[in-house]
Amino acid sequence: MSVAPTLLAVEDLTKSYGGVHAVRGVSFSVAAGEIVALIGPNGAGKSTCFDMLNGQKTPDRGRVRLLGEDITGRPPRAVWRLGVGRTFQITATFPTMTVRENVQVALVSYANKIFNVWRSTPDFERGEADRLLELVGVGGYAERPCGELAYGDLKRLELAIALANHPRLLLMDEPTAGMAPRERIELMRLTARIAREQSIGVLFTEHDMDVVFEHANRILVLNRGTLIAEGSPDDVRRDPQVRAIYLGEGLVYDARHREGAGA
Amino acid sequence: MKLSVSALNSYYGPAHILFDVGLEVDAGEVVALLGRNGAGKSTTFRSIVGLVARRDGQIVFEGTDVSKSPTHAIVRGGLGYVPEERRIFTDLTVEENLEVGRQPARPGAPQWSKDKLFTLFPNLAEMRNRPGGRMSGGEQQMLTIARTLMGNPSLVLLDEPSEGLSPKIVEQMAHAILTMKKEGLSILVSEQNLHFARLISDRTYIIERGRICYSGTMTELESRPDIRDAHLAV
Amino acid sequence: MSFYIVQFLTGLASAASLFLVASGLSIIFGVTRIVNFAHGAFYMLGAYVAFTLTERLSGTLGFWGGIVGAALIVALIGVIVEMVLLRRIYRSPELFQLLATFGLTLMVEDLVVLIWGPDDLLGRRAPGLRGAIDFFGQAVPTYDILLIVLGPVVLGLLWLLFRRTRWGVLVRAATQDRDMVAALGVNQKWLFTSVFALGVFLAALGGALQIPRDAVNHTMDLRIIVDVFVVVVIGGLGSITGAFVAAVLVSELNAFGILIFPKISIILVFLVMAVVLVVRPWGLFGKPEAAARQTPGLSVRPWRPLSSNERLAFIGALIIAAALPLLGSNYALIVGAEIAIFVIFAASLHFLMSVGGLASFGHAAYFGLGTYGVAFLAKFLGLPMIVCLLIGPLLGLLGAMLFGWFAVQLSGVYFAMLTLAFAQIVWSIAFQWVEVTGGDNGILGVWPAAFVATPARFYWLALFVTALSVIVLRVLVFSPFGYSLRATRDSALRSEAIGLNSKRIQWTAFVIAGTFAGIAGALFAYLKGSVFPDNAGIALSVDSLVMVLLGGVETVSGAVIGAIVYKALSIWLVSYTELSKLVLGGMIVLIVVAFPKGIAGTFGNLVDSGRLPFFKRALPRASQAEGAE
Repeated sequence: MSVAPTLLAVEDLTKSYGGVHAVRGVSFSVAAGEIVALIGPNGAGKSTCFDMLNGQKTPDRGRVRLLGEDITGRPPRAVWRLGVGRTFQITATFPTMTVRENVQVALVSYANKIFNVWRSTPDFERGEADRLLELVGVGGYAERPCGELAYGDLKRLELAIALANHPRLLLMDEPTAGMAPRERIELMRLTARIAREQSIGVLFTEHDMDVVFEHANRILVLNRGTLIAEGSPDDVRRDPQVRAIYLGEGLVYDARHREGAGA
Repeated sequence: MKLSVSALNSYYGPAHILFDVGLEVDAGEVVALLGRNGAGKSTTFRSIVGLVARRDGQIVFEGTDVSKSPTHAIVRGGLGYVPEERRIFTDLTVEENLEVGRQPARPGAPQWSKDKLFTLFPNLAEMRNRPGGRMSGGEQQMLTIARTLMGNPSLVLLDEPSEGLSPKIVEQMAHAILTMKKEGLSILVSEQNLHFARLISDRTYIIERGRICYSGTMTELESRPDIRDAHLAV
Repeated sequence: MSFYIVQFLTGLASAASLFLVASGLSIIFGVTRIVNFAHGAFYMLGAYVAFTLTERLSGTLGFWGGIVGAALIVALIGVIVEMVLLRRIYRSPELFQLLATFGLTLMVEDLVVLIWGPDDLLGRRAPGLRGAIDFFGQAVPTYDILLIVLGPVVLGLLWLLFRRTRWGVLVRAATQDRDMVAALGVNQKWLFTSVFALGVFLAALGGALQIPRDAVNHTMDLRIIVDVFVVVVIGGLGSITGAFVAAVLVSELNAFGILIFPKISIILVFLVMAVVLVVRPWGLFGKPEAAARQTPGLSVRPWRPLSSNERLAFIGALIIAAALPLLGSNYALIVGAEIAIFVIFAASLHFLMSVGGLASFGHAAYFGLGTYGVAFLAKFLGLPMIVCLLIGPLLGLLGAMLFGWFAVQLSGVYFAMLTLAFAQIVWSIAFQWVEVTGGDNGILGVWPAAFVATPARFYWLALFVTALSVIVLRVLVFSPFGYSLRATRDSALRSEAIGLNSKRIQWTAFVIAGTFAGIAGALFAYLKGSVFPDNAGIALSVDSLVMVLLGGVETVSGAVIGAIVYKALSIWLVSYTELSKLVLGGMIVLIVVAFPKGIAGTFGNLVDSGRLPFFKRALPRASQAEGAE
């Protein structure tokens, strides 16, 4: 499957809080254009893992490499400049700005014009901002206050912001949480399409197994801070250990999935 | 009729959010309020317990119109509310969180004690003295329900109890809700996960853009893929 | 040796009152999120009422009854204040309550003078505790011993109250999430009222217990409130144990500082506070502030550059203002120039506070540095006015660079308190370094050059600089830098995730704000012809806050309007009434209740509702029901 070069390589990632291991010896990799899901019970260490990948937290041990370059412990803003975009479990946008301005701020940062004091931001790279909004399907809301967007559209806006710096890797923390089933599928299809077209690697966490089984090329399963399984959706679905600790009896997600992956 | 809501309108500032919402919950029933994000589910719940700035309409709970009452009075009357964001008191221990929810027993409603709740949610029993902030999402969701049950309500509004939980915990949650029903509790639950709603509820309403657009039994909804497709974006 | 021990005991005794007041402030802030500026006023009231009661009641029982009775009476006043005033504004923007309690403080200051007169009052000594205990040849007042014991006792009682009673658990829960407490069937109104009553009771008791030790006077409120802020911040907001430890620390620093470092005794406490905050940004026993829960469905009107009609209105206002010398007297022109200068000052704080989300409680520091910058250049180097005006504000810039670097490491209330401490350091240096600054006597004879020596010309100069400053700040707001700054305010998480270096951006904003405050200060020095430590004083810092809040924090133009209204009002009141503080405080309170969004914010709402068609602009509005959940 992954003929593409390794984009993200994680080795022996470890982090503990007050003597309790949140993440212990986790190693995996993501290739360009690949969509990888990180799943596991609540409290398994998924968020901690994510936070260490984009520099929100510093690991106690282990390395994170992006295209061979060691990025361990660099602050989030530096990791972003190397081409890692992130969306959050609870959307983080700028509620007092319009939808377009949200993207424009990211473009300002990408163009390194943060300390420019005389240009007008509302006119800054308007075209590019609108193109990104169009791409994720919220082009019609550009002038709206961001605080008025429906939740699903906020998630799309976050994706547009994350795409503003032409990322190589997208980290998406529960990208479809709080969305209706069809919205979930649509957002993930969109993500998959963009990932394929621009050869972006995607790593996402998710509790909706319908989304995971449908869109992930590969699944990593985390439990109590360690990786307990890794493989194709089919492998993971059949894994008895994963069923016991995480999937349960399959009552609350659609068990009739197509084989294989991707849209 | 346990709870009967009619002609409920709600506003956030200048924005009109709910339009003539009407719904009913019978004693001992589990009713699901389905709808996509932003459809008005949480606002409906918040309006029923008086947590929105402005609302009008009729909210009759156990024969009394509570549409003018303040939140705490409604809750004390036996109408429990579990918000979607869990809102655990992270600095308080599990036991202290339960203490905040404690209200006197009331006739006609199932009675809960800490020990009984620890049987319902065994995970909580192991961490009585742990601060809420050091619990996983699933444990917090259980605590927030247990906390509301400490008020011995006769009806509970559960706002998206399965959101953000792993499939296995969602199954446990379904079992807990069915146990609560067995105890005689009436439950109005909002959901997006149809699989989950199917497991627990008797009847359902669908809300879209602030209006109730469908009501019927769960079995009826099963046989109407057109409705599911149109309003739930399934 | 024994001398030092006695000094230590005196420090401990002073700590008792400080702890009582500080714990009250901490408790109130925890639950209501109100930084109760009036806490010092309640402390002062406690002392005055206790003075009156203990004069009337006799005997031991009478004395102690008077002390406790005074605290209860003041607590009752607190209850009334909470129910009548604060309940209306719990939902107002953050810091708005600060404005209300500041107004209250002003009122109380005039009221106590009205009732008890302006002179110091010497209270009764405690019956049976008038003597002293011999301690290795040194006398320690018996009353001090009582206070030393009282501190830990109150600490223990409060601990029991919050850990062992249901009320305590509810209060701690409400500290975190008050709406959720209501949603569990608790009447939060009464919870708030009882918490406020307890906090005020503690403050008033602290004041009442001081009467055997200190004279009662009408300035004791401001003196204690600064110390209390320092204690609460060092200890960690919301931590009662922290308040106790910090109260002891601060009192001991005061007791020994004067002996060991007499030169820097006043700033010692603030230096310690600055060090503590840099090392432990949430105080010794505090916890990081949880990010404020965003109210669902709250859509904020995004800021827009001025429409052409608004630009016309601005130019029109400027022309009218420029025509003032044709109509007004010299007095009016001097007042006009002062108002203009305060517009710059308020606008500079607005940039930091509204755009950057960093509410500074010590913005006068940079104003004051600007005044001294000019004074040094003019008096010591004899430089001409234009040069002084250009270079003088650089002292404000330098100060902001230094202090700002530390301050932006913090946020929220801690940021506010650290800036307050820095301002006190500036004030203390100006006050104590007599050889250079002239101390309290200031530096006199800073007169403008001949070409602007008439009131009219100076007024035009001030107006020109003000217009320029306001325009520059406004351009900044809409520049990429302004947006980046707003981004760090809106979501620190998202800002970092799109490559913005929050601390550097905020530091730059701090320096910009400090520089413009310095410009205002430089002009002010020439307007007054003299420079005093109070140019960096707390009163002035509070003035700037009031101006911004009054105008409306959530608007771009609020600071300008707030400055004009507030300054004009206060100058006018001072000249027309003896009770200017009472009237001004009352008006602030009224305005807070009547315009909970500030003047400009209320105006904006009128525009939105279509009642002011001239300013109407096409703003796409969301269709209903969306994004509201």
